[in-house]
This record gives sequence, C-alpha cells and structure tokens, in this order.
Amino acid sequence: MFDYETIRLIWWVFIGIVGIAFALTEGFDFGVGTLLPFIGKSDVERRVIINTVGATWEGNQVWLVLLGGAIFAIWPAVYATLFSGLYAAMLLVLFSLFFRPAAFDYRSKIEDPRWRTSWDWSLFIGSSLPPILLGVLVGNLLLGLPFHFDQDLRSFYDGSFWALLSPFALLCGFTGLLLTTFHGALFLKWRSEGVIHDRAINTVNALGPMLLFALTAITIWVFVGIDRPEITQMAATDAPSNPLHKTVVARGASWLTHFMSYPWMWLAPLTAFVGIALAWRLGQGESRMGAFVLSSLGIAGVALTVGFGLFPFLLISSTAPGSSLTLWDGTSSHNTLLLGFWITIIFLPIVLLYTRFVYRVMWGSVTEAAVLKDSHTLY
Amino acid sequence: MFGDDIVMLSRMQFGLTALYHFLFVPLTLGMTFILGIMESVYVMTGKEVYKDMVKFWGKLFGINFAMGVTTGLTLEFQFGTNWAYYSHYVGDIFGPLLAAEGWMAFFLESTFVGLFFFGWDRLSRVQHLVVTWLLAVGTSLSALWILIANGWMQYPVGAAFNYETLRMEMTSFADVFFNPVAQVKFVHTVAAGYVTGSMFVLGISSWYLLNKRDIGFARRSFSIASAFGLASILSVIVLGDESGYTSGETQKMKLAAIEAEWDTHPAPAGFTVFGLPDQDNQKTDMALKLPYVLGLIATRSIDEDVKGLKDLREESVVRIESGMVAYDNLQKLRGGDLSAKAAFDAHKADLGYGLLLKKYTDKVTDADAATIQKAANDTIPKVAPLFWTFRIMVACGFIMLFIFAMTFYYCATRVADQKRWLLRMAVWCIPLPWIAAETGWFVAEVGRQPWTISGVLPTHMSVSSLSAGQLWFSIGGFALFYTILLIIEMYLMLKYVRLGPSSLHTGRYCLEQQAA
Repeated sequence: MFDYETIRLIWWVFIGIVGIAFALTEGFDFGVGTLLPFIGKSDVERRVIINTVGATWEGNQVWLVLLGGAIFAIWPAVYATLFSGLYAAMLLVLFSLFFRPAAFDYRSKIEDPRWRTSWDWSLFIGSSLPPILLGVLVGNLLLGLPFHFDQDLRSFYDGSFWALLSPFALLCGFTGLLLTTFHGALFLKWRSEGVIHDRAINTVNALGPMLLFALTAITIWVFVGIDRPEITQMAATDAPSNPLHKTVVARGASWLTHFMSYPWMWLAPLTAFVGIALAWRLGQGESRMGAFVLSSLGIAGVALTVGFGLFPFLLISSTAPGSSLTLWDGTSSHNTLLLGFWITIIFLPIVLLYTRFVYRVMWGSVTEAAVLKDSHTLY
Repeated sequence: MFGDDIVMLSRMQFGLTALYHFLFVPLTLGMTFILGIMESVYVMTGKEVYKDMVKFWGKLFGINFAMGVTTGLTLEFQFGTNWAYYSHYVGDIFGPLLAAEGWMAFFLESTFVGLFFFGWDRLSRVQHLVVTWLLAVGTSLSALWILIANGWMQYPVGAAFNYETLRMEMTSFADVFFNPVAQVKFVHTVAAGYVTGSMFVLGISSWYLLNKRDIGFARRSFSIASAFGLASILSVIVLGDESGYTSGETQKMKLAAIEAEWDTHPAPAGFTVFGLPDQDNQKTDMALKLPYVLGLIATRSIDEDVKGLKDLREESVVRIESGMVAYDNLQKLRGGDLSAKAAFDAHKADLGYGLLLKKYTDKVTDADAATIQKAANDTIPKVAPLFWTFRIMVACGFIMLFIFAMTFYYCATRVADQKRWLLRMAVWCIPLPWIAAETGWFVAEVGRQPWTISGVLPTHMSVSSLSAGQLWFSIGGFALFYTILLIIEMYLMLKYVRLGPSSLHTGRYCLEQQAA
C-alpha cells in the first residue's frame, strides 16, 4: 500500500491531528474548569458552568488517552524516553488529572456547601495544572531534553525535574494556561446566558491581549535566543528505526532559517496569530460560534507551529544530539504503521460521527432554570 | 543491571495501581450489561419501575465509573514512565493494541456515558436504550483489547526480534488477535465482571428485601441479577477450566506452579486440593490429591503427562544455554558481522532466556554453570502464593455458583423473599467477586514471573532508568490519592445504597413516603 517513508510521514500527520483534537476539545474543558470558581459566584451558577461540559468532557479526555496510546504504538521510543525521562512532570500531570472525574461526578451528589466548594477547587486544580505542565513540556521540546540511548537502545535521562522549569519553559506553561482559559471562555460564552455569558465576555476581553503578547514573546525568544540542532548525516528515510544511525550537530542552525527554508511553514504561526486576534475581536461582540471556531484555528496554528518547527525531529536531545529521535528513525515497524493506519482510517470517521451526534443532542445554552429543574440528575 | 530495589519498587507500584484499578473495572463491566438488560425490559414493558431501576443502579454505576476512569489513566501513563525499556522493546506489538482500545472502546464508552446520564429527556426510549447498550459494548470491547495485549504478554505469538532495531516487531496481527490465550482470557474476565455486577445488585437488593424496603423494586432487581449472575458464573467456571487447558499447552510453568507440581507424575496427574508448597526443597508437604483431575483439566486426556517444575526447570537450562549463543551472535551482528545471522536466527527464539542472565552478568556470554543454574531457578515463579491465591479464587467462584443457583431457583419458584438465610448470605458475599478478581489477576501476573513477556523479556530488564527516590515519590503519591479517593467513593456509595431508589426523588419510594 504505502512504502515505509510515506507511512511514516502520514503518521506524523495523524499524530498531529490527534494532538490538535486533544488541544481543541480538552482545551475548552480545561478552560471552563479553570474559570469555574471565578465566573461562578453561587452554587447554581457553578452548576451551570459545569454542565456546559458535563456530558461531553469524558469523551474529550479520550483524545489525551489516544494521544498517549498512538505515541506508544507509532513512536515507542518517544513514549519510552519522554514518559520515563520526565518522570516527575508526567506524574504531576497524571495526579492533577485525578482531580477531575470525581469532581464532575461527585460534586452535586451531596448538598453540603463545603463538599461542593472543595470539588470546585479540585476541578480548578485538575483543569489549570495540566495546561501549565503541558506548556512547560512543549517549551522543553523546543529547548531539547537531556537524554541519551545506550547500545541496547535503553534511554537514560541526565537532567532533573527542576531543570525543566527554565524561564522560557515557564513562559510556555503560562501561555498554555492562557490559551486554554481563553478558549474555554469563548466556549462558555457560547453555551450560557445572562450573567455568566457576560462574565465570559469580560474574560475573553482581558485574556486576548495577554495571550497575543505571550505568543509574540515566545516567537521572538525562539527565533533569537534558542539554537536548533542540525542533522548532518542520517540513514535512509525508509531504513529500520534506529536513532543511533545518524549524526547530529548540537548547535547548527537557527529556528528562523528552518522556517525560511520551508516558506509554506509560515502559514502555521500566521494562522495562530490571526485566529486568536480575530477570536478576541469577535468574542467581544455577538458572535458565539464564529469566535470559538477562530480560537480553535488559533490553537491548531500554535500546535502546527511547534510541529513544523521541530520537523523532522520528534525529541531533541540537548546532551547527546545523536540520540535525538526523528519521524524517520523513531517509529514502529512498517507492518505496525500500516495496521494503525487502517484502524485509524476506519475508526476516526466513526468516532467523529457519533461525537457530533452526542454534541447535537446535548446542544443549547445551559440555564439556571434547567439546572434547578433537573437538580437531582445534573452535575 | 538495575538494583533489585528498583525492580521491586516498580513491580510494587504496578501491582498496587493495577489491582486498585481492577476494583472498579469488573463492576463497570457487569453494571453496564445489567443496566442494558433492565432498560430493555423497560422499553419492552413500559413499566416505570424498570426505568427507576436503570436510574438508581446507574447512579451507583456512575460513582464507580468515575474511579475506573481516574485509575485507568494511570495505566496509560505507567508503561512509559516505569517500564520504558519494555515500551521500547515491545511497543511495536503492545502499543497498537492499546491504541485500538482507545479508538474502538474508550471513545465509545466515554462519549456515550454522558448521554446515558443526561440524555433521558432528549432521546426517545429506543434511542436511549441503544446508548446504554453502546456503553455496555464499549466497556466489554475495552476488556477485549487489553486482554489481547495481556494475552500476548503471557503467550507472545505473531512477533519476532529484529536485530537492526533491537526490539520485537509484529509479524502477524491475526496471530496476535486470535491468540488462544487472549480469547479464553477475554471471555473468562468479562464474565467475571458480569458476575461482579450481578453479585453487587443481588446483595444490595437482598438487603432491601431483608429490611422490607421497596419490595417491588428490590425483587425485580434481585431476579435480574440472579438470572444474569447464574449464566455468568457458569461461563466463568467453564472458561476458567478452558484457561487451565490452554495453560497446559502454552504456560506449563505457571500451571505447574499453581498446582505445586514439582515432579512429573505418570499420567493422569492428580489435582492437589490442599498442601504446603516448600520452594527451597522443591516439594509439597501434606498434599491431599484428587486423582485424574489435573490431567483432565490440563490435557483433556488420561494418558498425557503434566510436566512438573523440576523437568520444566531443566528445559530452562537448555534454553538459557541456547540464549547465550543467540546473544553472542547478536553482538556480532551489531558489530557488522553478517555471517553471524544464520547462527543468530537458529537460536533467537531463546534470546529472552539468555537475557535472564543479565541479572547476574551484563555481558551474558561469560556466565558460568553456577550462574546458569541460578537463572534457571528464577524461571520457577513463587509457588506458595500462586497455589493459595488460585484456590481462594476457585473457592469464591463455587460459593457464588451456589448462591446464584439457589437464588435463581427460589426466584423461579417465587419464594426468594422468604429465604432469609439466603438473602443474608447474599449480603455477606458481596465482596467475593472482588476477592476472586484480584486473586485471579495475581495468579495470571505473578505466575508469569520472571517475565514481563513470557520467554522474551525478563521483568528485571523491563524497567525504566529511575532512582529509588523517584519511585518512592510516585508510590507515595499514588498511595495518598488512592486512599483519599477510596474513602470518598465508599462513603458516597454507602450513602446512596442506604438512600436506595428514594434518591431519585420520584416520590414513589419508602424514605420519601415515610417523610411525607
């Protein structure tokens, strides 16, 4: 069907799609959860906010699970290196996600105000920490991680957790939180009425300029302040996956020249900035769906900028550049990529179809009246 | 190569988190099916009480489901965080099975679970019924994929080692999918989940009946649980026996360890009902044997041997020696000497046995006879814990068979409410399916030691390059979160069990009528 080189490229695109789907869907769930204690002043208001995502957050979270699963299946060396290397950081992401399912499901099952407030703050932690940590992770992907492989292809991590928290990575983490909160505010604006709707607009108003400023700062920082390694010699793009069969020099090129040499890649940052700027402008007016779609485009643009920028790298090693993983030497076997391709081609459309069905059934603004009416069944 | 403490801590963490996850999974498997059955009756008869049943038992299911989701995330992370070399070594086969589980099962159950709870007024009756069944199918499909993955760890077919990438790669997806171990495991495990759901509903309904609360509601729930439970427990036992048969063919060492069968006895082998296994002296004291039974289970014949641990250990010695040759030729191949390929291919099926030596010598090829004997000893799992956990599991199974058979019989003769001893027994036996599920998991996974992938990858090589401090940090974190969450979950579960269907606020059930 597809030769090894082609299917490797296809899978780079697929994993990008899964990653973007995760960022878009779980992104607004994270945003809504982050805003919950601030936009919702009373119990009923908070229940309205929770129920805008209550029926669908669980399906959205599967994009994260699938992203992990797909990286395991397609880029096993990346999965192994990233998850074990960033051990403490990954466990913090996991622990923060623990706060969510019970918060959604248990909060409204008991009426005690202290019980409910505790779960509200749980949901806040579970929704704000992951985007910060994942932002820090993305920042470190650009900086490169200190890891190497030995001759058996066992990966060793040569850094510490605290070293991940460089100023640049922290800026990326902060931006991750701004991005999901901005996106979540636009979603909340779309799905609510009255006072919550108005507060969501104020949030969009305030966060838009901050987000654009943060993204600009990151862009300049990457172009001016961070070097990009360069591959000087590598095995064929259809050779068996072994990352040690190539030579990489640590500080060869700049990220700017990388984008210069593939001019079409500029479309990604352009989409990011234009999408978010327009979402900010439209978000202040009557537009509900339009502004949300634009911010979705903006997020996709951010994700694509990172992906394009790294290409063909998946993981850059800052201490042993030759151990860096690329989409040509970090994949599973040809057979497995083809198997995964067929599973994806069959199931991706099916999943999208029934997800669309569920959203349609549950669509419409969530109101205080509706929450009070179904007080014993809703979250 | 890594300290034993790293390997022990990694195993401890995985065991802890997997066993904990497995407290919630079987109930989810069973409850979704029972909800599907109850709602089907509702749609067919139109009686409101069945809808109330779906909603009330659905609430309890929801409390449990949230925990299943929470603890399931851990497993998705943990292969990478703690078993990085494993992930690299078999990701080519294991990874796609997990990804397929995501595409086919997690999306299905997680997308429809929201509609199940909140779609009542937005869907027609039949539409909602379909949603409930999709939820049930999704949970069982999830079990299918994870058990295919686990079955492959027990009996790794359809894959081969690639010396260029230094890992196992899939050669036949069909072989992996139709792995006989996986297929048997799947039915055995989901049926055990259905038993768990049935025992849960049966026990709680019995409690309502004993307290003469909401009789109509409880009696109907009780009947459905007893019928579904009886069918399920029969499947579990039949497929459990089938597991014994496939183990006799594919996992001889595990089977012999479960039976504490040190020596190969003349066929047909007897089944040891009771005994005190003594690992050091390789014998079982005070053994009480049922003649013929093991031979029948393991070989389906009366003239085939069931090999004992000592003979299997001798086979390990031969394979370790062959594995050393494979390892030696692998090093030559990696050095660019392609003439070593023929010799490597001849021995590569035993490469994993050669890797067992890595625990004692990094070089492998310099192992002396004494070291080989030590590695061969390692291939025998810990006999006594397996022997006992297996018998606990089986005993739980047969007690539940008795309960379901009796409740089903008395339901059919319409006198179940009067059999108070049976109702009491059903309440007290609620924990049994969990004990059986946890001990069953223990037998399957500890019985596979010293391997993560039987015969292919030893456990001590599979771990990540971590420090003990990192592992204590994560184990502490899990212990903290899981303890708090368990307390909250049990509190909420007991609260809603006590409220019963009155928690639906329909005005039809006892606590509300007392209040009114």
